[in-house]
Amino acid sequence: MSKLVKSLLPLALFFIVVGFLFKGLYLDPHEVPSPLVGKPAPLFNAPVLAETGKKFSSEEMKGKVWLLNVWASWCGACREEHPVLMDMSKISEIQLYGLDYKDTDAEAQDVLKTAGNPYKLVATDMDGRIGIDYGVYGVPETYLIDKSGVIRYKQIGPITKELLYTKILPMVKELQR
Amino acid sequence: MKRWIVLFYMLTACALVFAGEAKPLAEDPVLEARLKSLSQELRCLVCQNQTLADSNAPLAEDLRKEIREQMHAGKSDKEVVDYLVARYGDFVMYRPPMKRSTMLLWLGPFVGFLIGAVFLIRTLKKRAGNEDFEAEEE
Repeated sequence: MSKLVKSLLPLALFFIVVGFLFKGLYLDPHEVPSPLVGKPAPLFNAPVLAETGKKFSSEEMKGKVWLLNVWASWCGACREEHPVLMDMSKISEIQLYGLDYKDTDAEAQDVLKTAGNPYKLVATDMDGRIGIDYGVYGVPETYLIDKSGVIRYKQIGPITKELLYTKILPMVKELQR
Repeated sequence: MKRWIVLFYMLTACALVFAGEAKPLAEDPVLEARLKSLSQELRCLVCQNQTLADSNAPLAEDLRKEIREQMHAGKSDKEVVDYLVARYGDFVMYRPPMKRSTMLLWLGPFVGFLIGAVFLIRTLKKRAGNEDFEAEEE
């Protein structure tokens, strides 16, 4: 080994370590990649919010591209996301369905009454069972499901306007073809 | 008479206290021990540096309940872990499986150790050589 290489080796190692640490700054350890992306969305049959006795089965959505937004009235980040969802509800290509996760009917209805209801329908998951099947660990979470019922994308945390227009909407349009 | 009434109330108050004593956690201590040891191997996704056994997050409670029910239904530990991995990914396991993506994680320390050992041996040899040289000089 030449002397020059030898003297530069520690510096090179230092930069490699710095490189890894720098990358680490931009990783969010709370974003755990879902193993469900690319797999069939778990089927569920759940009561519909505000409509006693009525049930929603996810099988009804076969043949449609739809979004399932998991939310709750107790979830602060959901309130942050809510205006974006209201925007989404005005886009004709988007079919937005809600899953009210570990909530009470009254409180959930209250939120939708005061802030507006962006959903075509809200299914309820009071004991969190459907949430477990979908691997939900932090609301809000949103799943993009294609015509054959396969999950194509999962958003952990609030949807931003930017994300809606640069990622979700193009994906929806692509899948609808 | 008044005294007796007071005594009566005091005794019934005692009875109420006893009624509030904690019930045993579960009917099946063997299953409960299994649940505990398994949930110590699993990560709570809400507070990521806690195990499912330690965490008080509502999701951890739900998952413990789910695991308990599955164990009651006769599922093996491996089946329960597979169930969770299918939903939350390898991240739920505190001991990630050997895979191509986890190779560096598993083998990195050994590689580092090997490089260190080679370096150490070479330096020691060189130093020993120098000492011989110095000894000869003297």
